[in-house]
Amino acid sequence: MSLIPETAIRNTLADQRLQSAIYTATGRLVEKRKEVTSPAVLPDYQELRAQANAIKKHTVENLDYYLELFEKNVLRNGGKVVWCRDATEVADFILRLAKERGARLIVKSKSMTTEEINLNERLAHHGLEAVETDLGEYILQLAEERPYHIIVPALHKTRYDVAEIFTRKLGVEREVVIERQTLIARRVLREKFLAADIGVSGANFLVADSGSVTVVENEGNARLSTTAPKIHIAVAGIEKLIPRAQDLATFLKLLGRSATGQPLTVYTSVLSGPRRAHEIDGPDEFYVVLVDNGRTKLLADVEKRQSLFCIRCGACLNICPVYRKIGGHNYPWVYSGPIGAIITPQYHGVMEDSWLPFASSLCGACEEVCPVQIEIPKILLLLRAEVIRAKAREGKDRLEKLTFRLWAWLMQHPKLFELAGTAGAGLLGVSAEDRWIGQPPGGLAFGPLKAWLSEREMPAPAPKSFRQLWRRRRKAHGA
Amino acid sequence: MARETILHRVRTALGRSAGQDPPPAPPARIRIPDVSLEERIQNFRTALEALAGHVFVADSPAGALSYVAALIEGKSAVASNAPLLAEIGVPSLPGVHAGIEEREELRRLCASADFGVTGADYALADTGSLVMISSKEEARMISLLPPVHIALVRKERLLTSLDELFAVEPVPSARTSSMVIITGPSRTADIEQMLVRGVHGPGQVHAIIV
Amino acid sequence: MAKRVSLFVTCIVDQLFPQVGLAMADVLERVGFEVDFPEGQTCCGQPAFNSGYWEEARKVARCFLDVFDGEGYIVAASGSCTSMVTHHFEDLFRHEPVRLEQARRVKNRIFEFSQFLLNVAKVEDVGARLDAVATYHDSCHALRELHIKDGPRRLLAHVRGLELREMDPPEECCGFGGTFSVKFPEISGGMARTKIDAILRTGADTVISVDSSCLMQIQGAMRKAGRNIRAMHLAEVLASR
Repeated sequence: MSLIPETAIRNTLADQRLQSAIYTATGRLVEKRKEVTSPAVLPDYQELRAQANAIKKHTVENLDYYLELFEKNVLRNGGKVVWCRDATEVADFILRLAKERGARLIVKSKSMTTEEINLNERLAHHGLEAVETDLGEYILQLAEERPYHIIVPALHKTRYDVAEIFTRKLGVEREVVIERQTLIARRVLREKFLAADIGVSGANFLVADSGSVTVVENEGNARLSTTAPKIHIAVAGIEKLIPRAQDLATFLKLLGRSATGQPLTVYTSVLSGPRRAHEIDGPDEFYVVLVDNGRTKLLADVEKRQSLFCIRCGACLNICPVYRKIGGHNYPWVYSGPIGAIITPQYHGVMEDSWLPFASSLCGACEEVCPVQIEIPKILLLLRAEVIRAKAREGKDRLEKLTFRLWAWLMQHPKLFELAGTAGAGLLGVSAEDRWIGQPPGGLAFGPLKAWLSEREMPAPAPKSFRQLWRRRRKAHGA
Repeated sequence: MARETILHRVRTALGRSAGQDPPPAPPARIRIPDVSLEERIQNFRTALEALAGHVFVADSPAGALSYVAALIEGKSAVASNAPLLAEIGVPSLPGVHAGIEEREELRRLCASADFGVTGADYALADTGSLVMISSKEEARMISLLPPVHIALVRKERLLTSLDELFAVEPVPSARTSSMVIITGPSRTADIEQMLVRGVHGPGQVHAIIV
Repeated sequence: MAKRVSLFVTCIVDQLFPQVGLAMADVLERVGFEVDFPEGQTCCGQPAFNSGYWEEARKVARCFLDVFDGEGYIVAASGSCTSMVTHHFEDLFRHEPVRLEQARRVKNRIFEFSQFLLNVAKVEDVGARLDAVATYHDSCHALRELHIKDGPRRLLAHVRGLELREMDPPEECCGFGGTFSVKFPEISGGMARTKIDAILRTGADTVISVDSSCLMQIQGAMRKAGRNIRAMHLAEVLASR
């Protein structure tokens, strides 16, 4: 769908409560991030970013090597690696395993990758109950909605929304106190953790030299999901690899700080296979599902493959003035904000949501806060050029192309450019004093003119352009 | 099949061939500052207390024991098999279940216990973190299911930061299937950004430095 | 003999805000430079480039390179136009070695106005006077591509009678973004209103920037909201006596 979702965006902009919720939540995260990455608190912040970028670049550029190294070490730890080309293969694997083991209940910790591949839907379709255990994701699962934000999935929900959802879906008495709502979720989910046959997690990092899966969280639901059930399946995109456990010292310092302003999240689990013979608890079986689902497509583009460096911190969402106005649901895919804007067209094709790369003022705040230094504005510009080339090939938006052609022609002829300006000034007939117009003459507004005037007044061209004034000035100075 | 396809796609995308060695990776960045034990203890306390954790620096094993005893008095606790706990005398406190080596029994007890008492393999001063390595001495559930976690850690194990942790444990999988870095009590701010502690993991954490 | 600089006033200043160009010339002359205006100039090509029309942008950029070919400094009236030349011409001409070379040469000669005053003219006090309570808006391209942050503030600190207050939050985009402003007018308008709120909270009567496009967005939105805060380009402030 390549049309701008104008109505949806308009509705979001008009919803004062939602605007306030988005702005406050992201504002808080922006402030906290800023504080813990400030020179006073983290003097080597910029160095760490450069290091993180360098490591990701090296890993991504040699991804096959690290994938094989990782697999070797997972196997050595007693785990298994399952390679999946797409969403279907992931679901098929889990369904097959569940069937073989007689599993009915799955507990899931937060994983954007599993959202991306619609895992829960596919599992539910085959009668497997997969319960989200991260509080925000759990609420959304009950509400049957997708996440609003990578880190704070339910940021658009109020306590009253939550109360209503809990009563309707859990049959509990209406409860609006947030602490008690959390206790309800804790109680319900605890039963699930302890009864579940399989725990499915994501992975923030896959560590090649250790064969380990790293999962960060604040609640404890990922720990429970990967400790209580007898089977642990970690689902991760192939780009999650880092070469060494020692590199975690760099990445963990950046992830928590960039995401929520925490030097470290409450729990960081480095999981390396099923429990060892001498260990008392932990899963008996350990699988890492490596997902392609289009990542190899992104990998092939030399300039844009840096999009795969992303560690899913959400910092770009929080700082983006566009995200902060339109929120997560106006983006076409599960990944929203600036990162969503650059990867969605790469995964789905630029013509799929061709408006998306243009929905940015290119302010560059995202690049500034990205812990792995992804050049987001540059990629947006490259995508825009691709969209325009595709449109030219398909003969779409001819009027816009003609306009720019005309504009370019005009700009190559300074005298005509000057004439156009004078004509414009004359046409709009405004005096030198008050050149701002709120309505076009005769109400004749269309296209860009109408769009501009819908939100702001516009200056008419000056009665005398600079070059005209300059000539006069030169004469006056006797030049 | 999928494996071969994916690796092939990756190699084609990168212009690499099978078995091709990568260039050397940028060296890992590990910076370990020289910080005295006193300062490390102070930093650890500051960091963990800022997260509403409790820190007690015991002057003796007996001091550590009375702290634990006072906390768990009249309640039930599960203790891990860490030698440190035995040395101090935790397993013999009233209400403490210790020496459990069977997974189901452990889970059952943890699910109903008020306290989980463990050792800690390391602590990290900069962030107020505890590092728990799963082993025959330390089970995972004890620091996870009960609503309060009490951890005893030897002061020699108090490292400066993450960097130092990965310097001493460069390959975590070498000795364990699970290394967990615990930084404060469990928390969430998923509903209206309001902070709530003790969502799934323990809502209270006590670290005792011995 | 006075040193010479060439003005790149930018298309928007030329046609919509000519007083900014005149102010720049005034200040540059005041600090001892002879100013010329290559009449063949029009635009740097940014609108087309940002909209994905790189072919059209190239045509306009080639003109720019021809008009400004040579030696000597070029002083530009806008941060975003300057960064278009210094940061993006190389993207545009990556397959045209001759133009690429030209672009690399011009990159070293072109300065945004405040950068020129501070780094080349090495002057902070230009003898300006303006009685006003003002706030400075950090234009995004100037800020993030050219690292222009302290410079204008240092220059403004010497303006007699001027009280400068900082916005909170600082550094937020005004919402112009070129064609973004007309492709996504409501989002752009929303961003403008957030910016205006921040400006109003400072209590300032004047907002200052190094980019006329930002000022156009901000002032346009102010006027629509019925607010009367004056928007001035840095050059206009520095030219005031």
